[in-house]
Amino acid sequence: MATPDTDVRGHVTVTDVDLYTRMLLIRRAEERLIVACADGSLPGGVHLYIGEEAVAVGACAVMTDRDYVTSTHRGHGHFLAKGGDIDAMFAEIWGKATGICKGMGGSMHVADVSKGILGANGIVGAGFAIATGAAWGAKLAGEGRVATCFFGDGAANQGSFSESMNVSAAWELPTIFVCENNGVSEFTVTSTVTGGTLVDRARAFMPATVVDGNDVHAVRDAVGAAVERARAGGGPSYVEATTFRIRGHLEAEQHMLGGGTYRSEDDVTAWQADDKDPLPRLAARLLADGTCERAALDRIDAEVRARVEAAVAYAEASPPADPDLAPQIMFGPTA
Amino acid sequence: MARTRLITAVNEALVAEMERDPTLIVFGEDVELAIMGDTRGLVERFGRDRIRNSPICEQTLTGMAVGLASAGFRVVLHLMFNNFIYTGMDAIGNQMAKLRLMTGGQMELPITVIAGYGGGNGNAAQHSDTAYPALMNLGGIQVAVPTSSADAKGLFTTAVRGRTPTFFLEPAGRGGDMGEVPDGEHLVPFGKANVLRTGTDVTLVAIGTMVRPTLTAATALAGEGVSAEVIDPRTLVPFDEDTVLASVARTGRLVVVDEARDRCSAASQIAAVVADRGFATLRAPVRRVTVPDVALPYARNAEAVLIPGPERIAAAVRSVMERQLA
Ligand SMILES: Cc1ncc(C[n+]2csc(CCOP(=O)(O)OP(=O)(O)O)c2C)c(N)n1
Repeated sequence: MATPDTDVRGHVTVTDVDLYTRMLLIRRAEERLIVACADGSLPGGVHLYIGEEAVAVGACAVMTDRDYVTSTHRGHGHFLAKGGDIDAMFAEIWGKATGICKGMGGSMHVADVSKGILGANGIVGAGFAIATGAAWGAKLAGEGRVATCFFGDGAANQGSFSESMNVSAAWELPTIFVCENNGVSEFTVTSTVTGGTLVDRARAFMPATVVDGNDVHAVRDAVGAAVERARAGGGPSYVEATTFRIRGHLEAEQHMLGGGTYRSEDDVTAWQADDKDPLPRLAARLLADGTCERAALDRIDAEVRARVEAAVAYAEASPPADPDLAPQIMFGPTA
Repeated sequence: MARTRLITAVNEALVAEMERDPTLIVFGEDVELAIMGDTRGLVERFGRDRIRNSPICEQTLTGMAVGLASAGFRVVLHLMFNNFIYTGMDAIGNQMAKLRLMTGGQMELPITVIAGYGGGNGNAAQHSDTAYPALMNLGGIQVAVPTSSADAKGLFTTAVRGRTPTFFLEPAGRGGDMGEVPDGEHLVPFGKANVLRTGTDVTLVAIGTMVRPTLTAATALAGEGVSAEVIDPRTLVPFDEDTVLASVARTGRLVVVDEARDRCSAASQIAAVVADRGFATLRAPVRRVTVPDVALPYARNAEAVLIPGPERIAAAVRSVMERQLA
């Protein structure tokens, strides 16, 4: 995926067709992972982002490669939206030597530091402090970079959420807290373990807004305002994007549920409707405002599907991870 | 006697203890639907005052366990994966492990922390540590590593009825092992090792997940004429030094098999104890078979070479059979 262009004021400009293509790439990539997971091709589990693509794509549309993001266990969308390479991501998920982390990290840990992607993370809430530290570095460097922390509503119950907002606010750091509020943390309905509202917590420290997380423009505009404020030295912001996780917490979650349920199938169906799902919503807009014809959208889909299949082929054809690598890279060279 | 999975044996012991003691409270992330299986069915049976899902906040959960226990409850905290002890470490290292001593013995902390440990499941480094060495060094923390369904029931019951914070570590992803479980009340004492196989040439101490590959290696070695004794310590704190020393006194050789990283592993500790108290009985150097000092990679092939298996264990045994101390 191409690096976003910047306009004369240094602002990033991404067209609606780009936004659509990016969201579709994430969707088709993960649909392919459903298949790969089910047929046993993957060495480990995957947490899918399907239904939440507008958050990562909308937010990353206002960033450049030089900005930082921290991601979560559900990180494929952030990785691709921030410009990570799908071949390297798939090879990683397949556990191959050509993976972005050489097969050492896997799905939950995809990172591309050269693109500012400081990594998906297996520790829920770990990104708060990491993003805050990166934002401090950005501020010290004085080059106008920002650090965005993607996190879930569940993660917001980690104490480090408040701690990191506090530091970011006290030191006026360019930290953008993007909460992906999908209402669930694993198999727990987050409201049953959450006092008050998350946006009110954030308001104690910084400007905070709630937007429709399945509307890519709404996310882009809210995060865009936050990024602009941060770049101008105005400190951190909180943007909460309301969305929905269509797939399970992780693929094959039913093996962990023992027949139990934590949400209604009706809700899942409702959020997949054309007026809810972020992809048909943007497609409808592109058609309505005359940006695209149906045939053009179909062509994009065919290209994206081909891209995804090429990534699968690349991953499958890649050599296995190097079993001798771990001891070589565990420590840096001694001075 | 019934045959159940290890995880089911824990579930049954937990139900029995909750029935027995109305002050026993269970909490943790996703304990209601039971992500690991061991707390399944409890919420239907006991209601949310006795078992409930917590927010994701290990720093606070471990501290809450201390507070709840000091308020007179018996506590079972489920931490899911033992890597999350790192997130919750302050209250583990500074409160649970210390408060009994610091209050001159006033504070009793009947806390059992359940967590899965170990690799082999492609879970990558943040979900596959074998973290008991860190716990063993904290002070007032007991560590149990059950390897059979019967021991799981017996050790869990002992842990819950005890008065000391205890980490009850379950093999992550291997909770599916089946085994016989005694009916009715069943307690296994802490600090009492289990001799799983008797032998005369070499003592193999195998911890937790390493019991199975060690028994496989012992069977293979028997075919080569090497008679291996296999000991499962069952608890690491307290540790049954006497059973191990008595065995080494007969065999003259010791190999310790441990899924922790080599440096400061439980195996290192056991080797040190034998060097200290059993030196005169040794006829060969002590060998440790452990995970090298690296994080476990995600890729199955890269992970598999690091976790001790029967071949590495057998090779270590052969090496001590060849080498004699003068
Ligand atoms: C420190 C830590 N505690 C618990 C877990 C287990 N866990 C993984 S994802 C998750 C739920 C996270 O919910 P949320 O932050 O809302 O993100 P979502 O999965 O909804 O995207 C939990 C409890 C973990 N990986 N790390």
